Amino acid sequence: MSELSVDHLLGIKYLQEKDIKLIFETADHFKEVINRPIKKVPSLRDITIANLFFENSTRTRLSFELAEKRLSADVVNFSAASSSVKKGETLIDTVNNILSMKVDMVVMRHPNPGAGIFLSKHVNASIINAGDGAHEHPTQALLDSYSIREKLGTVEGKKVVIVGDILHSRVALSNIFALKLQGAQVKVCGPNTLIPKYIRSLGVEVEPNLRKALEWCDVANMLRVQNERMEISYFPSTREYIQLFGLNKALLDSLDKKIVIMHPGPINRGVEITSDVADSDQAIILDQVQNGVAIRMAVIYLLASKIKQV
Amino acid sequence: MSQKVLLASKEMNIILHRLACQLVENHTNFENSVLIGIQPRGVFLADRIAKILQEEYNISRINLGRLDITFYRDDFRRSDKPLEANKTHIDFVVEDKRVIFIDDVLYTGRSIRAALTAVQSFGRPSEIELLTLIDRRFSRHLPIQPDYNGRQVDAINEEKVKVNWQENEGEDAVYLISK
Repeated sequence: MSELSVDHLLGIKYLQEKDIKLIFETADHFKEVINRPIKKVPSLRDITIANLFFENSTRTRLSFELAEKRLSADVVNFSAASSSVKKGETLIDTVNNILSMKVDMVVMRHPNPGAGIFLSKHVNASIINAGDGAHEHPTQALLDSYSIREKLGTVEGKKVVIVGDILHSRVALSNIFALKLQGAQVKVCGPNTLIPKYIRSLGVEVEPNLRKALEWCDVANMLRVQNERMEISYFPSTREYIQLFGLNKALLDSLDKKIVIMHPGPINRGVEITSDVADSDQAIILDQVQNGVAIRMAVIYLLASKIKQV
Repeated sequence: MSQKVLLASKEMNIILHRLACQLVENHTNFENSVLIGIQPRGVFLADRIAKILQEEYNISRINLGRLDITFYRDDFRRSDKPLEANKTHIDFVVEDKRVIFIDDVLYTGRSIRAALTAVQSFGRPSEIELLTLIDRRFSRHLPIQPDYNGRQVDAINEEKVKVNWQENEGEDAVYLISK
């Protein structure tokens, strides 16, 4: 087996196609492990991992913590709400203090884009970006592609449309990088105000009409409208958004093929997708969550194998 | 680099039949016994033994599994080469079963140590035995010995014992390779 070409997972942008392939192959093995009666392997028993969450998260944090524990790593958790960050400590100081307690790897979510990249240049630990502002969320993109590969056999050549709030979405950007790297075709669909101006430079097309986008695609990844990141109104009303960009069962059933529905969570039921779509057999939302643990185990395992034995 | 033939096809065949015969002596109809080949190279031997048991001893139902030990090894981050994982395929429970581990070469014993830990994820076997084709004696790091053994070999650390299989390398043979 080859190694990852990187020492940190800061974004999909820094990965090569062979890295993604290696992560998927490793995740296949871990998926088998987490479906055993005893879901744990002892590989990382001498590794300590700190989960630093400077921004709220339930699913990602739980998924990382489970992945770490199933590899037998020691885990320490940290959330900004209850920390010295509130007392004015800088990011480097916070992390260096944690590292001096002999931590080998840091999983970090931070509201500022590039926080992980900045940290990787200043501290001596392996960094995994668990979301940095509206920039990247690499493990989410990996698990999304992995779920497409599982459902459709391959990602190459598949048509994927990402619907919703592209502007504020790190999931969208990481997904675009990951899908393009694996040879998929990507379109984005959403209100004009929520489509970044230079999105076409990434090699994706913009399709403002949801029905046309759905008729074209094999997979639709429905994103949440990130109200918490919006300081101004980007569309007139939620009701209008639902009418133009919400996916309901009638629309889904009117298509002449069965497309795959994905959602990174948390779902606003009745906004981007209705409940009957989210719970339909075309939705692989809960598969995505299960695959998330296997993908994160693979990423942590592969990065840990590059940490030098002291 | 030179290589010497330790076992040729004919000798290997005789040994495989003898090992299968010894298993039958202890496990009779294999009702409560399972064979587990250790990935990657033990699975060829396990397949062969199972085939002989089926064809020559008319044992119709044999539980045969494959166990990958990569994530249980004790040299993670200590070896220069990255560890390559293989598929584990065990579609039965080992709880209260008599397990027979099958591997081609027994050297330091560390793989078997890892396998002993790995198999616990599938239940608590009533006993575990070890069958190997080649036992490199005097080179053990751990107190592990085979219950069924093909041939004992004295080889120094710089030498390598390589088992070739018809279905993989196109011939049945065991070589002693020295650098």
